[in-house]
Amino acid sequence: MKEKFFQKSLIEDLLDEQNKHPQKYLPPKTLKKIAKKHKRPIPQVYSVASFYPRLSLKPRAKYIIRVCENLACHMEGAEKVIEAIKEFLNIDFGETTKDGLFYLEKSSCLGLCSLAPVILINDDIHGNLTPEKVKEILKNYIEKEKSSKN
Amino acid sequence: MIDFKVIGTPILLRNIKKIDPESIEAYIETGGYEALKKALKKSPDELLEEVKKSELRGRGGAGFPTGIKFEIAKNQKETPKFVVVNAEEGEPGTFKDRIILENDPHLVIEGAILAAYIIGANYGYIAIRPDYTLAIKRLEKAIQDAYKYGFLGDNILGSNFSFHLKIKRGAGAYICGEETALLEMIEGKRGEPRKKPPFPPQKGLYGKPTVVNNVETLANLPFIIYYGSEEFKKYGVEGSYGTKLFCMSGDVSWKGIIEIPFGVKLSEIISLAGGVKGGKLKAVILGGVSGSLVKYDEVDIEVDYHSLGRIQAGPGCGTIIVLNDKRDIVDVCENIMRFFKDESCGKCFPCRLGTEASYRIIKKIKEKKANLHDLFNLERICKTMKNASFCGLGQTAPNIILQSLQKFKDEWLSHIS
Ligand SMILES: Cc1cc2nc3c(=O)[nH]c(=O)nc-3n(C[C@H](O)[C@H](O)[C@H](O)COP(=O)(O)O)c2cc1C
Ligand code: SF4
Ligand code: FES
Repeated sequence: MKEKFFQKSLIEDLLDEQNKHPQKYLPPKTLKKIAKKHKRPIPQVYSVASFYPRLSLKPRAKYIIRVCENLACHMEGAEKVIEAIKEFLNIDFGETTKDGLFYLEKSSCLGLCSLAPVILINDDIHGNLTPEKVKEILKNYIEKEKSSKN
Repeated sequence: MIDFKVIGTPILLRNIKKIDPESIEAYIETGGYEALKKALKKSPDELLEEVKKSELRGRGGAGFPTGIKFEIAKNQKETPKFVVVNAEEGEPGTFKDRIILENDPHLVIEGAILAAYIIGANYGYIAIRPDYTLAIKRLEKAIQDAYKYGFLGDNILGSNFSFHLKIKRGAGAYICGEETALLEMIEGKRGEPRKKPPFPPQKGLYGKPTVVNNVETLANLPFIIYYGSEEFKKYGVEGSYGTKLFCMSGDVSWKGIIEIPFGVKLSEIISLAGGVKGGKLKAVILGGVSGSLVKYDEVDIEVDYHSLGRIQAGPGCGTIIVLNDKRDIVDVCENIMRFFKDESCGKCFPCRLGTEASYRIIKKIKEKKANLHDLFNLERICKTMKNASFCGLGQTAPNIILQSLQKFKDEWLSHIS
């Protein structure tokens, strides 16, 4: 039991493998590899991966923007902030920007409701947002990317 | 980044902002792990009696008596047994478990060890949502340190009791907060709820006796074991002992966490949070969007299981979303049902179809395109969901809608053409 207890679960392996991929997703060959490790049929692993919102079977981007529209955020104007993100990056939910930098995703409550409206960019928290503020934040990410390339 | 307030003396927030959460020494200095030392000198039976006498009830939403849950698991013959700390926290408006874990991780770890000792579990998981990265980081360090000090591992503090604790990350699904879906997740499966009975204390993780408890519930155990149930019962009122954390959001001037002894008035909690923002009070969503709706003329009520029961409400997981009088109840309900539609796991029809259908009707009502027949249908679908859904998600999804149809009927009717 002890050995089994300390092993990483299938879901944790999927999360970690996904994080290693530059496009933060689980391509078929990764699923195959993990299925083999856990001695589970590939369709079963596929079915598990497709269940969880934090796992993706399609390519995403370097930065995953997760926005919350649940009640506390909705009441503080989340929709306007989301509109601003969509407009600024020219993408909709489930889409990647042309430069492959950002992917926009809807999330359920992030447990950061006192900072509403709030979003996560990868693991970084950005709260008390307004449409103007969020654009500034995105600009900073883009600037940072540019300067790291030079 | 987050503020705290307290009414009376805190039990759960007693260390918050006072000690370094990454230092086990700091926790020990404030009397940390003394409850564990005391416990190991007693028999699990004695401690079980103490928890039962404390009348501690689950803080994850349902309010089930913790001692009784422990007793069922303790009485099972099968081994190994498990303790699972439910840190999936997904109810919109709720962030208390994150705050405890980030600021006082050892309190929860000590609580989990105590629970394990009582039921005779040798293994435990802290099942946590993956985006609580700071909490995970601090828990990892805390668990490591607890092993170093001999509070976790084989033969804890020289006793013959062994307990291993490990973090198990989930992958973000609201339904995984439901205890049996949580167990499926830990087993590496799709997080779909299991049929109950058997209940987890009978057959839980890998079919073995398992106690699943909310973070806040377990955070009460060190106090109860160290000071005793008599002392614990000095907090709160009959039937609802101890303190409760409330997460404040919505139209209030101050947002954050408030710890209160049970029995404080709801209106008092709102005043402590600086009162209503942007208008007069319209209603409070209490216990999360699956909880209950308390109308402005009902808030002068004591927050405890018995008093709230009189208005078909409950403290739930401890969420207070305040609505001012400029809020449209139909808009609020639309947002709530959209959440449940998105989060329904799809396993059973009443919930999968019911959340979708009721969302569409609410949307139509909001757009003033609906007639009385639609409103009648909405109520019918909500009642069916409540009665026929497989798990708590579908059973509680229509709560706020149904209560608002009673308490704010005119407002719904004003949207009907
Ligand atoms: C849809 C749904 C979501 C839930 N989410 C949570 C949650 O996020 N955290 C939690 O502790 N309990 C949650 N629960 C309650 C758990 O099923 C379970 O009752 C609880 O973890 C038991 O612990 P307690 O007795 O300490 O409250 C949820 C229940 C349902 C039906
Ligand atoms: S009630 Fe909803 S969440 Fe629960 S099993 Fe049915 S479909 Fe899934
Ligand atoms: S409601 Fe948006 S973070 Fe909780």
